[in-house]
Amino acid sequence: MIISVASGKGGTGKTTVATNLAASLGEGVQLLDCDVEQPNAHLFLAPEMEDSDIVTVPVPVVDEEKCTLCGKCAEICQFKAIVVIGETVLTFHELCHSCGGCVKVCPENAIGETGREIGIVEKGHYNGIEFIHGSLRVGEAMSPPLIRKVRSLGAPDKLTIIDAPPGTSCPVIAAMKGADFVLLVTEPTPFGLYDLKLAVGAVKILDIPHGLVINRSDIGDDRVRRYAQEEGIPVLMEIPFDRKIAESYSRGELLVEVMPEWKDRFVSLYGQISESVRGS
Amino acid sequence: MKELVIISGKGGTGKTSLVAAFAALSRNKVLCDGDVDAADLHLIMDPAVKEEHDFTGGHTAVINEEQCTQCGLCRELCRWDAISEDFVVDSIECEGCGVCYYFCPEGAIDFPENTCGQWFISATRFGPMVHARLGIAEENSGKLVTLVRQEAKKLAETEGLDLIITDGPPGVGCPVIASIGGASAVLVVAEPTVSGKHDMERVVQLASHFRVPALLCVNKFDLNPTATEAIEALAKAKGVHLMGRIPFDPLFTKAMVQGKSIIEFDGNSHSANRVRDVWSQVSEFLGV
Repeated sequence: MIISVASGKGGTGKTTVATNLAASLGEGVQLLDCDVEQPNAHLFLAPEMEDSDIVTVPVPVVDEEKCTLCGKCAEICQFKAIVVIGETVLTFHELCHSCGGCVKVCPENAIGETGREIGIVEKGHYNGIEFIHGSLRVGEAMSPPLIRKVRSLGAPDKLTIIDAPPGTSCPVIAAMKGADFVLLVTEPTPFGLYDLKLAVGAVKILDIPHGLVINRSDIGDDRVRRYAQEEGIPVLMEIPFDRKIAESYSRGELLVEVMPEWKDRFVSLYGQISESVRGS
Repeated sequence: MKELVIISGKGGTGKTSLVAAFAALSRNKVLCDGDVDAADLHLIMDPAVKEEHDFTGGHTAVINEEQCTQCGLCRELCRWDAISEDFVVDSIECEGCGVCYYFCPEGAIDFPENTCGQWFISATRFGPMVHARLGIAEENSGKLVTLVRQEAKKLAETEGLDLIITDGPPGVGCPVIASIGGASAVLVVAEPTVSGKHDMERVVQLASHFRVPALLCVNKFDLNPTATEAIEALAKAKGVHLMGRIPFDPLFTKAMVQGKSIIEFDGNSHSANRVRDVWSQVSEFLGV
């Protein structure tokens, strides 16, 4: 089973929920940190890293000897990543989406591909939990290929928890697609509610069963709860604001280690999720 | 003209609350919401929309069932597995590369342009605002951010305003890159946590990569004063200018619930005064 922890708004507590859920279930779980722009889960689980790999995407290289400057490559490219100017072909690798169109279309077979580094993936473990994350190279724009790489490294038969990036556009979709359940983490504030509605929209497009965790549940107002009720979205857990929780988070400590009473709550959260997945 | 972009790396550190406060404190500016993916600034600014425009960006392949002979070439060429066994394009997976459209021997594939969002020019109680809404599960957020910033600049020029305050997106990827290029400065709002420190470091590295001067303000600094000091020391070592600290204060949430900035909600509070201090440092740096 794959549980993706997502949010719409950033900073609502995705990583807190994902890491504490993983730590509560322990042995046999794998945690994939797919927030590759700002991977943070390792700061809380402190896994021992065993493996690190550079991730590349294919980009074109033109053999100028063979190139006749016909311009077909520039014509097929939707991303302006290859252009013919005067007597040369220029490639802009950071704009390339790696579709391979130019390679395929070139009548002279003058275009090959090389790898462009977009980031790294690392694998490790912590107390029997398999841990995989990706880290986007700073300055690199395209995170979805790296997210897909992180996901491809997970063992398909294991209970998988995904820490997704914030937002509702392509990186989030890459981190939610194919999940059996999306756990949406929000806070009961106007920003939390507005972004939650966007996230629910995305989850509905993907048609994935979902439920809510309300973090800092005693701040703000009751509009998030009313919305959840109207939409029939189950509230599976509430975490009140507690300065002790905020302070231990700031030091990189797991909630379930500082306040062990939370462990049973996370185990029961998982129970509710698996029941909901079985029933759907 | 100066443009200040407020970013954070990590989400939820208080970017938008700070932008709202700066909106209340500054004059002669255009507000710009560059977080098109989860835009929240309008919830405080309550903009009256004056102009609404569609944002078109990219294309999506559509297979015409009548003409398709199911030869399978498109499925073979597509690197995103966006075409199903029964030859239907998954519009979410489709990257818009056009390879299938180009090579289909039957000409059975259409490649229409997408409308993937809207952008607006609005009036607010703090002056004009340019903002946008990216459709859910859409791509091209970077292009929309670029567009919104260009429109804000145009507007500032025509209205004779000398400052743009842009609320940026979280992260370090495509939309953030689009929101900081060419800005006068970025103000990084960090929180004193292990993640806040990690994310601040990456976003400062990004700003330096694009040669944009970086300023730092630590929000909720009193949740972990030791971490605050560590973040400030790290930032300073990287050439970042320190703009001050803001305490953790439930007033910010209370103001947000009322649709107000902290300056309007409780302008005499300690926190409002700390925000004023930060703004005065930032405006001095910008020379506005």
